[in-house]
Amino acid sequence: MVVRGQFELELNGVKKQVVELAGRAKQQLVDSVQSLYDADVEMAARVIETDKKLDEMDLSINESAILLIARQQPVASDLRKLIVAIRISTDLERMADNAKNIARSAIHIGGKQFGIDQSLADMCDVALRMIDLAIEAYEKEDIKSAKKLAELDDIIDGMYANVLQGLLEETATNAESIQLIMQIAFSARYIERFGDHLTNIAENVMYLVKGETFDLNG
Amino acid sequence: MHSVISVKALNKKIVTSSEKSQQESLIENPIVFETDDLNLWYSDTQALKNIQLPIYEKNVTAIIGPSGCGKSTYLKTLNRMVELVPGVQTSGTIKYRGKNILDKSFKVEELRTQVGMVFQKPNPFPKSIYDNIAYGPKIHGIRNKKILDEIVEQSLRGAYIWDEVKDRLKQNAYGLSGGQQQRLCIARCLAIEPDVILMDEPTSALDPKSTLKVEELIQELKKEYSIVIVTHNMQQAARISDYTAFMLNGELVEFTDTNTLFSMPKDKRTEDYITGRFG
Repeated sequence: MVVRGQFELELNGVKKQVVELAGRAKQQLVDSVQSLYDADVEMAARVIETDKKLDEMDLSINESAILLIARQQPVASDLRKLIVAIRISTDLERMADNAKNIARSAIHIGGKQFGIDQSLADMCDVALRMIDLAIEAYEKEDIKSAKKLAELDDIIDGMYANVLQGLLEETATNAESIQLIMQIAFSARYIERFGDHLTNIAENVMYLVKGETFDLNG
Repeated sequence: MHSVISVKALNKKIVTSSEKSQQESLIENPIVFETDDLNLWYSDTQALKNIQLPIYEKNVTAIIGPSGCGKSTYLKTLNRMVELVPGVQTSGTIKYRGKNILDKSFKVEELRTQVGMVFQKPNPFPKSIYDNIAYGPKIHGIRNKKILDEIVEQSLRGAYIWDEVKDRLKQNAYGLSGGQQQRLCIARCLAIEPDVILMDEPTSALDPKSTLKVEELIQELKKEYSIVIVTHNMQQAARISDYTAFMLNGELVEFTDTNTLFSMPKDKRTEDYITGRFG
């Protein structure tokens, strides 16, 4: 069936776009955290500029999915694939916004070298692992990876609480750096939000496979 | 710090309100037709195999499946029209309101006053619009002009065509458009006050606008009648039916509420058919 073949092709095209957007969002996180550690304002500016491209990719995924729904009237798993692509794309776009916010913090700090401890980078590492896992879960429609994401999100949440506690103690002894400390606290929060969006993606993969709604953030 | 909250939550499936209402509706609806282990042969060819299917009262049941799957054959067993085909043999039971219609003692005339049928192509009689509707009631012995007038108006109103034809009731029905003719045939069906209306691809010969009108009409009719519709148009089944049966090669593959069938079919063959992978 030529028509069905074309539909499959376009459906896979949407999936590829989502996976590509996930890869770009991951890179944005790496670059934004790097710009924070290196106090690299130029790099941070590039992250902010690149975010526009990611917004466009999200829009493009939405358009492709809506056109396919309008023209092919998909049902059952085909319809879920498209709905899930739209939802995941939204989460990825918001993840990228968080990376943009980290880059803004880097710019706010304005290139001052002040030495951030390893904890933020550790959070970032877990978030990156989660992104890889989310891409794998989505590509392979694998529920096991999706469930693992919820566990990793709990780890990030715990790390975030520890970072905040550390920063709070820092404000007591290092009052003149409070502006810097706040920016670090914001950035930790932005990374923590990555985890929440990735858990949403896990829920969507489970919905895609099982056709049932799950609450992994609960 | 690593809490167990989300591990518990892994099995926290959220039951949506539509899922709840589906489960409830399956339990509550009375059954009009109960088909049990129905087999049907056209001479040596078996066209229906072990069909097990309830038709629920005041609901729309759609039967879908590729050409030759037996869906029209099944529909025609419900008013025993299938017997008009030479060499037909059946086994099993179809209970209409508790009585087996395949039983020799069951009077087919009685069945057909309770079970009306609308066909693929509009088939009005070559008579006036009025006489098309009055024909059935006259056969059933109604001669009173006033009563006949009332039946004609009520039936035409019931099929949402009254306003379009009230000024030309004496004109030949062939002068109506295809869509109007089909609604006239539905009105003709209503005139004998049936319990069930069978529809065999009632919109396949109609343009989109007329199709929409007939679909809207079906939604209205189900408040009073139980409807079984055979359709090739899967979107139509998804739009208008409460229950859907998917048939393949004479077998009933899956029967469930329409929401479930078009979102999470249980059988892979159903999924493949409704997503256009075959058929």
